[in-house]
Amino acid sequence: MSLLLHGGQLYADGVIDFDLGRLADNFWALTVDGLTYGAIYALVAVGYTLVYGVLRLINFAHSEIFMLGMFGQYAMLMLLGFYPSGNAFDKGVLLTVVYLCLAMIGGMVVSGGAAVGLERLAYAPLRKRGAPSLVFLITAIGASFILQEFVHFVLPKLTGGELGGVNAQQPIRLVVPTTQFTIFGADVTNVDLVIIVAALALAFVTDRFINATKFGRGIRAVAQDPVTATLMGVSRERIIMLTFLIGGVLAGAAAMLYTLRVPSGIIFSGGFILGIKAFSAAVLGGIGNLRGALLGGLLLGVMELYGQAVFGTEWRDVVAFVLLILVLMFRPTGILGESLGRARA
Amino acid sequence: MRTARRTTGGVALALTAILAITGCSEQSQGGDEASGGSSESSSAELAIQPLIQIDAEGAEAPAAETSSAADPAGDGSATCDGVAIAMAGALTGPNAALGTNILNGAKVAVDKHNAANADCQVELKQFDTEGDPQKATQVAPSIVADDAVIGLLGPAFSGETKATGAVFSQAGLLSLTASATNPGLTENGWTNFFRGLGNDDSQGGAVANYLTGTLGAAKVCVIQDDTDYGVGLAEVVTETLGDAADSSCSAKVKTGDKDFSATVEIVKSAEPDAIYYAGYYAEGAPFLSQLRAGGVDATFVSDDGANDPEFVKQAGDASKDAYLTCPCGPAPTDFATEYEDSSGQAPGVYSVEGYDLATIMLAAIDSGVTDRDGMVAFVKDYSGDGLAKHYEWDATGELADTTTWIYQVK
Repeated sequence: MSLLLHGGQLYADGVIDFDLGRLADNFWALTVDGLTYGAIYALVAVGYTLVYGVLRLINFAHSEIFMLGMFGQYAMLMLLGFYPSGNAFDKGVLLTVVYLCLAMIGGMVVSGGAAVGLERLAYAPLRKRGAPSLVFLITAIGASFILQEFVHFVLPKLTGGELGGVNAQQPIRLVVPTTQFTIFGADVTNVDLVIIVAALALAFVTDRFINATKFGRGIRAVAQDPVTATLMGVSRERIIMLTFLIGGVLAGAAAMLYTLRVPSGIIFSGGFILGIKAFSAAVLGGIGNLRGALLGGLLLGVMELYGQAVFGTEWRDVVAFVLLILVLMFRPTGILGESLGRARA
Repeated sequence: MRTARRTTGGVALALTAILAITGCSEQSQGGDEASGGSSESSSAELAIQPLIQIDAEGAEAPAAETSSAADPAGDGSATCDGVAIAMAGALTGPNAALGTNILNGAKVAVDKHNAANADCQVELKQFDTEGDPQKATQVAPSIVADDAVIGLLGPAFSGETKATGAVFSQAGLLSLTASATNPGLTENGWTNFFRGLGNDDSQGGAVANYLTGTLGAAKVCVIQDDTDYGVGLAEVVTETLGDAADSSCSAKVKTGDKDFSATVEIVKSAEPDAIYYAGYYAEGAPFLSQLRAGGVDATFVSDDGANDPEFVKQAGDASKDAYLTCPCGPAPTDFATEYEDSSGQAPGVYSVEGYDLATIMLAAIDSGVTDRDGMVAFVKDYSGDGLAKHYEWDATGELADTTTWIYQVK
């Protein structure tokens, strides 16, 4: 593939555009959008990174935990009496906020429960038998398929076609994105604000929980040295469950925030790509490193949108993964380095 | 540590609550600023409704007179014995709706025919391909092997038609499709293949002319997905639009994408008069709703891949006023009633084509055709009106006159 510099634009056999003007024109708008997606990636990435830190396991089923969270918050809204409609429900600001919180709790409960259930049903028995790490990996991939196909084929039968199936759920809209203010010409909507602020708050709470509480100390201890931690009276099994729970709960919250932004995204296959991106974010920041996951998420979210503007919109995933490879070439343990950061100290 | 163990569960729950509450308080912060966050609800139920029929130049073409349409009942004196027509397409699986629309349309025609002609009972045999080329190649031999089958309505999709074309061509079995629109299908030298609607080239050209003509768009962003269908359609539309197609805001999306931020920002800063989306509703609907959420008000035009009630369900309010085209015609009222009586649901895209094409095959049987060769010869020379349009084919198996219907979400 020959690259020719042609009239200020690079063409690679006409396949890849190279257009810095598009990036310059939309820089701030892309930054705002990128931060909202990055914040969601970051929350999901925490689940990958914590489990890796404690178990040295890439939980590939985490993307499906996220997907179940989307259905969880949707089901919660239906239980609250909402129904799919083309129109947004006009409940006033205060009630809308209350309903969004309840929806988020619905997502958290389903995702958190599913994550712990997955741990108990799929991973704990393997651990008990001392299975090699590859078996865990295969199990994770298998669990991922099972959960997807459950929502694809079984859930619609259980719910009389209300949930799951081949099509995306018809959106329930509580909030219509409306511009609140502009930064350098980029519109910032209420949805952008809610996502970024809620995600950062959750990230902060998680960071404090891991670094400043007794349970967080337990997680860090098991991550650092499981044997010694056990000798010191830390129950490894409980810490593992707690880790899965935190990861699941954050994925559930992220799922609710994601559906604010992408209302038609609630579909059985809807977690897959996002999960891989979140996993990449975790590796980018340094897997096993909580703050690395947050940084990696935000960075990936912003960079892939910049990349789309420069190289063309179809190259989103390629940009994300090339970025990952480039960073790993120069910093093989990710930007902030592997391990639960200062936790090891 | 013992207490810690016992209380882990409880604290975990408390953590959940804390996380939730933090999320809540932050949301209320965002929400307070979102005083205009809730929109007024409009009560009208949105639906895809036929607007006008256009020709290749994008000018209005008068709709077919339904009074002159061929009647599957014939004169009621036909005699035949042991003949059947087959229908092949997706009857189960993710795309079952389209195959079912065609099958139910054909059923109306066959039932009408059999009720009127006591001495000529034609059987309608159904073959499910799930719309999957691989499955279709497994099903095709059993259709060919059934000696009673002298004509085939289908296959329904372009991919499966391409995969099975050689088998039907070798068997000399008429293959009359009500929905496969890939232009390349008539370039294989199959003498048994006829297309009962315009192909993607004719649809793309007509809609591009309609965009610049009737809709008066001077700057159009063409967005395409990564399927053969979307890519082919976008190419024709871009070419026909000429200078009106702005390459700086053309973009490509991928099957399965649900989030289109960068595309929306690029389109937004280009400030086009119209956006053309070549692809299916699964991506088109969320794309449109994100365009509207992003403040892009430009006219939205898409194709028959998006022309599905699911498009309106997914995009909701955002789909209002969107234009959706289709080489398929809307169902006349009388036909819609018969269809609903017969199948218990409203006719969908290609239902009318299914009825019209089955009617043509029934007319062949009534005229005395008893074998596959006779059926192909009959269709080759056929000229007559149906409910949707005038049917008459050129040497390649394309309709001599193609028209495109413009629908609008209202």
